[in-house]
Amino acid sequence: MKKKQGTDALMKYAFMASALVSLLIVVMIGVFTFKEALPAFRDIGPKALLTGTVWRPGQGEFGILAMIAGSGLVTLGAVILGVPLALGCAIFLSEIAPPAVRTFVRPSIELLAGIPSVVYGLFGMVVLVPFVRSLGVPGNTGFGLLSASMVLAVMILPTIASVSEYAIRSVPQSFREASLAVGATRWETLKRVVLPSARSGILSAIVLGLGRALGETIAMIMVIGNSVIIPAALNDNPLTIFLSRARTLTGNVAVEINYATGLHENALFATGVILFLLIMVMNSTARVLIGRKKWERRR
Amino acid sequence: MRIASIATALTLVLSSAAVLAVEINVAGSTTIQPLAELFAESFESLHDGVTIIVQGGGSSVGVRSAADGTADVGMASREIKDSEFSENPGIVVHTIARDGIAIITCPGSGVGDLTAEQVSQIFAGEITNWSEVGGGNSPITVVAREEGSGTRAAFEEMVMGEALICLDAILQPSNGAVRTTVSTTPGSIAFISFGYLDASVSPIDINGAAPTPANAANGSYPIVRPLNMITMGVPSGMVAEWIEFILSPEGQAIVTEEGYLPVE
Amino acid sequence: MRSIRLRNLTQKGAFSIMWLAAALSVGAMLLVVGYVFVQGLPQISPDFFTTPPRGGLSGEGGISSTIIATVYLVICTLVVATPLGVGAGIFLVEYADNFRSRAAIKLVSLARFGVETLAGVPSIIFGLFGYALFVTAMHFGFSILSAALAGACLVIPVIIRTTEEALKSVPQSYREASFAMGASRWETIWKVVLPSAVTGISTGLILSAGRIVSETAVFYVTLGGSYRTPTSIMSSGRTMALHVYYLAMETRAFDKAMATGAVLVVLIIIINLVINLISRRLSAGNGRRGA
Repeated sequence: MKKKQGTDALMKYAFMASALVSLLIVVMIGVFTFKEALPAFRDIGPKALLTGTVWRPGQGEFGILAMIAGSGLVTLGAVILGVPLALGCAIFLSEIAPPAVRTFVRPSIELLAGIPSVVYGLFGMVVLVPFVRSLGVPGNTGFGLLSASMVLAVMILPTIASVSEYAIRSVPQSFREASLAVGATRWETLKRVVLPSARSGILSAIVLGLGRALGETIAMIMVIGNSVIIPAALNDNPLTIFLSRARTLTGNVAVEINYATGLHENALFATGVILFLLIMVMNSTARVLIGRKKWERRR
Repeated sequence: MRIASIATALTLVLSSAAVLAVEINVAGSTTIQPLAELFAESFESLHDGVTIIVQGGGSSVGVRSAADGTADVGMASREIKDSEFSENPGIVVHTIARDGIAIITCPGSGVGDLTAEQVSQIFAGEITNWSEVGGGNSPITVVAREEGSGTRAAFEEMVMGEALICLDAILQPSNGAVRTTVSTTPGSIAFISFGYLDASVSPIDINGAAPTPANAANGSYPIVRPLNMITMGVPSGMVAEWIEFILSPEGQAIVTEEGYLPVE
Repeated sequence: MRSIRLRNLTQKGAFSIMWLAAALSVGAMLLVVGYVFVQGLPQISPDFFTTPPRGGLSGEGGISSTIIATVYLVICTLVVATPLGVGAGIFLVEYADNFRSRAAIKLVSLARFGVETLAGVPSIIFGLFGYALFVTAMHFGFSILSAALAGACLVIPVIIRTTEEALKSVPQSYREASFAMGASRWETIWKVVLPSAVTGISTGLILSAGRIVSETAVFYVTLGGSYRTPTSIMSSGRTMALHVYYLAMETRAFDKAMATGAVLVVLIIIINLVINLISRRLSAGNGRRGA
């Protein structure tokens, strides 16, 4: 009996140790990245780093505003292109699709989630960039926000679609039945009852997609041009801002880490820290949104 | 249970295989990487039991890995900075080849030669249309390497001088990527290592000299830089033999075959 | 109140848009996968799988060394990640709710926080971290070891999550029956709960393997990129995904890149199929057992 209790206690602490390892890893990542980034924050200063528009490590200039703009705009583009598609798919899969069609569509979307990002980047380089270039605005090289947004939209579509579908399915069937019972059409039920109930779940799906978009690296390097400029419209049409080249925060790190030394390297780690914090904020927001929904349900 | 023992056996066999052979680890510049891989293949065919593993990582990684022992040999496609010498006392630099940097454009730009001054102005963003240098009326798209690239550093030092490469250049992370971008983007211009020149891009004559190894050797082509291998201290054993091989006529033959310049 | 005709028409219109969204999404998938296959399949032959890629810039050769490197990396990463991930999952489901001391409860919620944060970290950060800690500070250099450790950080949250779900789906009555017969908690877990949860946990492991196969950014800065077949855990190497990247960036061999990409996509399809099969058997099994 004593031996059993001994093993029991041992295993309990062994498992607890494994659980704490995750925490340990997060802490270590934080510590190491921050330690390497600290000289950048100290010597360059957060203000110069975050609001500086010029990134020329060779000349000692380390402003990452252009990259923040790049990440922001490409994510915006991906959201504009991807969210409607993803939501449409989610509604389609949960409410509209006949079972036979569903068995074909759902695995297709899962497959989209599984395609490696480097393959997306390759496809973007070989197919999308020349295609965008053919939209002959002078100054448009095909590399830029539009190509990158298109790729990114397809990459975040499965994430947003699956979480949204889950949210829609979680709406109690009684809600739908009640609505139909008072004479609403299925679409009206969807529009006025189901979707509003699923709203926070859908919002959290979008935020999760945003986090995924901000974190994408390889596909972005291959199609966005990596120019260190704040994207601007190429001519009078403000929409051409999406034809501009750009650089993402993730791309900044990946493209230069190989050759960077000294303060330049510290600045790249600082970019990583900022990215890390941004995504943590995104994920906490998503969690809060789901949490609020569960809270509402409890009442 | 059986799976566990097979796995253990496999691991032991694999690790012991590694212990018996001589392994040379090489890391650093992506420009030199293909060349080093060819050196490795030739050397290995002459010496049994030697494996030379070449990795990328970049010129700065090359210097650092050699200095702290992570790699036996580091590769850097540029001069070693004074700060690197003072941070890593004891590193020894072996120049194994010289590399010209060629200016290339997308075929069809209509321009075949430029002066070094014009090149500098184009890359600085002061000249923005091909018509200003004798070509058709189309915008110039500058393609460059990322900051900190050895190739870019050499180009900036020798051609740009005080001027800075324009911020809206398309930046690619390697010579190969630059070449691919230029070959498929009309109106583009870029600089790449001699060894990467091929039929997909059009080279530009600088000050009348075509970017060929011959012109680089006789000095008429101005943009030439050293390709360095770095060891911690004076090399010995197989590492020393490998470097000797690279500097020998056979090794240098590979250098010229790939389009680089042999050391004098 | 609008006429019923108009309302039905609106529904038809709205539903057609949904059909369109689904069609576009499936179309996007077919476009990408189709293009990759059409471009890549001509390059695929038995030789492609058995010859290593050539050094230099030619892009010639096959992908044999990359296949070996990928398999090696997956095994090493799972060896590290599985005990940690499954152990953490077991802890969070089986033990975590039974603590009484404030300190222990705080520790548990911190552990949960750790897992959730880790799940959201972008892959390049794992790469940076792996580079700073394993490659540089611990002097492992560019190696399978560094890459496996970095990769483990990446997949541990996935394994924890799937383990948790698998354990939670084991009916509580099983545990209660076991306790009623005098078994300790550990005995119960080992002999009753885990065997039932094994299929669910395997799903997590297979999912993680798929993640490692597709991942590029993490291994780009920790694995080194050598095209040789890795011989030991300290060797550098190149996964298939990395090989696609190097081919696309360094050489003009886009056809080989597409071919490697096609192999990757087929692998992912197989992995998805396997996971779906396992999940289906899982839910069918649970249905039969009943509470």
